[in-house]
Amino acid sequence: MLLTVLFISTVYAAEPDYEISKSLKDSLTDSKAKSRDNAIAILSEDLSEQNILVLNKLKNGLVYYDSQKEIFLKESVESNCYIQPSTSQKVCNLKLRRSGISTLQKKKIESILLKSALFSSNDSDRAKAVKKLLEIESQNDLPSEETIDKLIRQESQKEIYKDLKIVEALIQSRSPELGVQKLISCIDILEEKGNAACIQAIDRLKLSTNSEVSQRATKAASSLSFSKSISDFFEKIFFGLSLGSVLVLAAVGLSITFGVMGVINMAHGELIMLGAYTVWIIQQIMPQSMGLALFISIPCAFIVSAFFGILIEHFVIRHLSGRPLETLLATFGISLILQQLVRTLFSPLNRAVATPEFLQGSVQITSNLSITCNRLSIIFFSLVVFAVIVLVMKKTRLGLEVRAVSQNRAIAKAMGIKAEKVDVLTFGLGSGIAGVAGVALSQITNVGPNLGQSYIIDSFMVVVFGGAGNLWGTLTGGLIMGIANKLLEPVSGAMLSKIIILIALILFIQKRPRGLFPQRGRAAED
Amino acid sequence: MKTKLSRIALAAFVSFNVFNSAFAAEDTIKVGIMHSLSGTMAISEASLKDEMLMLIEEQNKKGGLLGKKIEAVVVDPASDWPLFAEKSRELLTKDKVSAVFGCWTSVSRKAVLPVFEELNGLLFYPVQYEGEESSRNIIYTGAAPNQQSIPAIDYLMNDIGVKRWVLAGTDYVFPRTANKIIEAYLKQHGVASEDIMINYTPFGHSDWQSIVSEIKSFGSSGKKTAVVSTLNGDANVPFYKELANQGISASDIPVMAFSVGEEELSGIDTAPLEGHLAAWNYFQSVESSENADFIEKFRKFTKNPNRVTNDPMEAHYIGFNLWVKAVEKAGTTDVDKVLDTIVGIKTNNLTGGTAEVLPNHHITKPVLIGEIQSDGQFQVVWETDKEVKGDAWSDYLEGSKDLISDWTAPIKCGNYNVKTKKCLGSQSN
Repeated sequence: MLLTVLFISTVYAAEPDYEISKSLKDSLTDSKAKSRDNAIAILSEDLSEQNILVLNKLKNGLVYYDSQKEIFLKESVESNCYIQPSTSQKVCNLKLRRSGISTLQKKKIESILLKSALFSSNDSDRAKAVKKLLEIESQNDLPSEETIDKLIRQESQKEIYKDLKIVEALIQSRSPELGVQKLISCIDILEEKGNAACIQAIDRLKLSTNSEVSQRATKAASSLSFSKSISDFFEKIFFGLSLGSVLVLAAVGLSITFGVMGVINMAHGELIMLGAYTVWIIQQIMPQSMGLALFISIPCAFIVSAFFGILIEHFVIRHLSGRPLETLLATFGISLILQQLVRTLFSPLNRAVATPEFLQGSVQITSNLSITCNRLSIIFFSLVVFAVIVLVMKKTRLGLEVRAVSQNRAIAKAMGIKAEKVDVLTFGLGSGIAGVAGVALSQITNVGPNLGQSYIIDSFMVVVFGGAGNLWGTLTGGLIMGIANKLLEPVSGAMLSKIIILIALILFIQKRPRGLFPQRGRAAED
Repeated sequence: MKTKLSRIALAAFVSFNVFNSAFAAEDTIKVGIMHSLSGTMAISEASLKDEMLMLIEEQNKKGGLLGKKIEAVVVDPASDWPLFAEKSRELLTKDKVSAVFGCWTSVSRKAVLPVFEELNGLLFYPVQYEGEESSRNIIYTGAAPNQQSIPAIDYLMNDIGVKRWVLAGTDYVFPRTANKIIEAYLKQHGVASEDIMINYTPFGHSDWQSIVSEIKSFGSSGKKTAVVSTLNGDANVPFYKELANQGISASDIPVMAFSVGEEELSGIDTAPLEGHLAAWNYFQSVESSENADFIEKFRKFTKNPNRVTNDPMEAHYIGFNLWVKAVEKAGTTDVDKVLDTIVGIKTNNLTGGTAEVLPNHHITKPVLIGEIQSDGQFQVVWETDKEVKGDAWSDYLEGSKDLISDWTAPIKCGNYNVKTKKCLGSQSN
């Protein structure tokens, strides 16, 4: 795309005598988007190279004008430089007004440009144009059969040829007079592609008066709907896993502080929020490389949240040990203080955390199933974080001491373990992980003062469901809750599915008060 | 449990009043400003407080009102609906304010309405709302449904050619009522039930994967589909992000939002939102001398060159000027006399037109439809030829289409049934 723009602009620069007519200028420099209708009409009258360039610029919102109503074309979205069509001079860093355009007008330009792109000599342009044809919603907008026929005969690229054949089938499926054999071969092509437009075409053929055609179409439709329902199911499982992994991330820190230390920390959500704000701050410091900033914020968020967690432990929780109700109220107070602190420091408005390019978009798996990149990376990320925590708890000295203190504090102390120090480190670890969770959440939700509140209840539910103090319980609990939520949501709606899950959890706790994986051994007895 | 706890704690935590007693108490006209400065709604309401302080300061520089200075009494109801009622009682009885500019959510307005009626106060309410209400003591300077949602639906239906509709909303009073009106309107225009999908989500819903995927398959039937969004605040960003991630652009399935304005956009990465629509009565990007003036003054007042303005701010600008004119005409700040004179008062709005107070205590407003741009501003793509009159009672709902509101003599009623010629009185509010 960029290449073609560059290509066109060099061609363009060689012909400086391009004049923008008065009426075109007027309709481009009016503040109302409606006037652009006129501009598009004028430009599309003659699809010269220059006019196509201006249309392209207009479509991408790169046409600007100054107070003298002089037109400037911006080089690219990122660039600060403009080319003045009347003199073809390059000027930079001007303060100009943009010639705004509506989505409807963009679409109009697209369909105008599509027709010329279909005959483009550039392979990738042509491939893109044909792909566009396959997605056209209303089949009345498709080009005529003769045009496609002509294109098919000229086409040398195998992929484009295949796509053109599907377009041909889409068009032919509309003419019942074609004959049974022809229509059936159409259905074969459409079934193989199986996207939304093809399904519609097949559905239409089901109503065919010819029984052979309608039978074949019915068969194709049912096999397509079967494969669609399978991919729908996998999609739901993926959504569930992704929601589950977010829950696991948010809850795993809590599982350490609540499960291992028995401290009900209502400020856990705010520690997550602090992690998310850390991402924002680091992105502000290095605006050039958003992706790198995200990686740097992982350890930073850990340190920030762990620091706040240790402060909370040192000044509040330590003094309230053995008094769970007071701890709950005190930490709830802290959560409000942290929220208001952020509100005063950073304003009550949400902060814009940018998503780096490699986390945007989705991966197409089959024609019906695609998986979004940011969710996929969060599943992966949460598994990594979980693995690291398990390793720390199982393989390090700290983990050993934490387990010892949580199983029997008195004996652990007698063995020479400094229980207070272990408490601080455990709480710091749990809080730090909350911060890391915040880094992941900053990519999928609002970074604002209320971020923590929306996750605290869910986190507690996961920990209680999985079994307090059991990391594997948190993992399975979170994933099960995520999948159950997503399987229920299409049936019952988002509101009701939350309620159903909550009731199911309460009933489950009645049966198994210690959750999925209860702690065994003597520690569980008290 | 959680909200109750947080309510108690919030009330205890931030129940402070800020009194701007810059002037001697005897010779001032007191005006109450009641917007949440803490809690969840602070995101939207805090800037309205700044704006009101600016308008009052400006009026005082011009010599005040009726020869007296105006004194602002700022209270913080902390996004807590019962606290709104308490604070308004305090403003009306203790501070004896002449008018109150306040509230944002419909819940908070419903909470203060009985207080204002009981104590005969005067409230200027600046936010677009669901209609189906008209109180003698409230001037609605925000849009009624016929000044926002109905024209927006018309635009989608006629200009974009939308045939299938997703009505997505947050689960509370405004979206529920607005969607009821929209659904009735769509059905009257021949849209079949299977072409309407209604979806409600809890406040701050953040996991949109399956709903967006549902919308995607709902929209792949070959008929042009649009989403009419009454999603509130925090739920919006994850929703738009998920749309972009699943490859749905504004040209595939446009989203028409009724609660997304410049202020909300200033806190987010607008790249995935580009091209989606919003319907309001004002956009910061509208070119008019009044607007340029207003933006400049507000930025100067808040000492922030990047501050954005939005629709409810314009509503307060209009509301304050209407009140000043009414008080000047009546020669007093007495609520009854002001209410008698305020109907028919006109003032300039910020988009180059005029706003007039109607007998139903709503005002005339132009309707604008804008597309979100990459810089967080809106490009106006459609607008009504002239101002639309606000209609309190929807013409598309059973039970409300026969009702009108007229606070002038001889009807003097907020819900007058034109068929039975009876005033329903307060029981139907």
